[in-house]
Amino acid sequence: MKLLPYPLLTASLLAMWLLLNGLSMGQFVLGTVIAIAVGSVTAALQPAKPRFKRWYLLPKLVAIVLADIWRSNIAVARLILRKDQSRRVSGFVVVPLELRDPLGLAILACIVTSTPGTAWVEHDSTSNKLLLHVFDLVDEQHWIDLIKQRYEHLLLEILA
Amino acid sequence: MTHAGDLPVWAAIATSCLVLLGAGLTLVGALGLLRLKTFYERVHAPTLGATWGAGGILLGSILLFTVLQSRPVLHEALIAVFVTVTTPVTLMLLTRAAVYRDRSEGKDIPRP
Repeated sequence: MKLLPYPLLTASLLAMWLLLNGLSMGQFVLGTVIAIAVGSVTAALQPAKPRFKRWYLLPKLVAIVLADIWRSNIAVARLILRKDQSRRVSGFVVVPLELRDPLGLAILACIVTSTPGTAWVEHDSTSNKLLLHVFDLVDEQHWIDLIKQRYEHLLLEILA
Repeated sequence: MTHAGDLPVWAAIATSCLVLLGAGLTLVGALGLLRLKTFYERVHAPTLGATWGAGGILLGSILLFTVLQSRPVLHEALIAVFVTVTTPVTLMLLTRAAVYRDRSEGKDIPRP
């Protein structure tokens, strides 16, 4: 059995432990022991190991997503406060995906649901299509392009 | 304990702006829950509170305690991570339940 089957998990557990309990030698030792123990227990579950081929693109993805979330926060807030609600059309959009990696899909789900205005409804793993609900649906193709070109393309590159 | 009186003016203003921004967005999200007509539309409203609503309040908290204790306080980052990772689960569960109900009632919901 390897001592560190999931180095990333162990490192983030230790970081979390130190954040919660304060930085000191004693907490560092205790946190390390617990993080290594939890890491090897997790190995029994055999979760798929994430493979970030181009991890240096992650900050770019985070920046894009944070900016998009900010923009759609403003957009949705304005739409909610607008007097005339009947002018806005919301509806479903089916987006065909190329991304099949479970971790990539999980990240895409986090992005889509955290962005106000889009909600992840269903994903069919056989046809690899995603059903989205869009709050302000003007042009279906616009949303398909947004998901595919802005997020999926980058995720495919990162996880390649 | 630290005292809010020790806070420099610039930090006080910045903190209040961030907290007000977060609280305002959360309020608009809550208003959306009241105003919007269908379930699928209402699902979008609380995301405001879960993203920059929470984000603004957390950034304000980071700033306030970093200035008061004159060391970086990053506990709020943990809250942000856990909120971001857990919200999709709740929202998906809710929308899928609604889709299941609507399809069994014969409403026209597209299939992926």
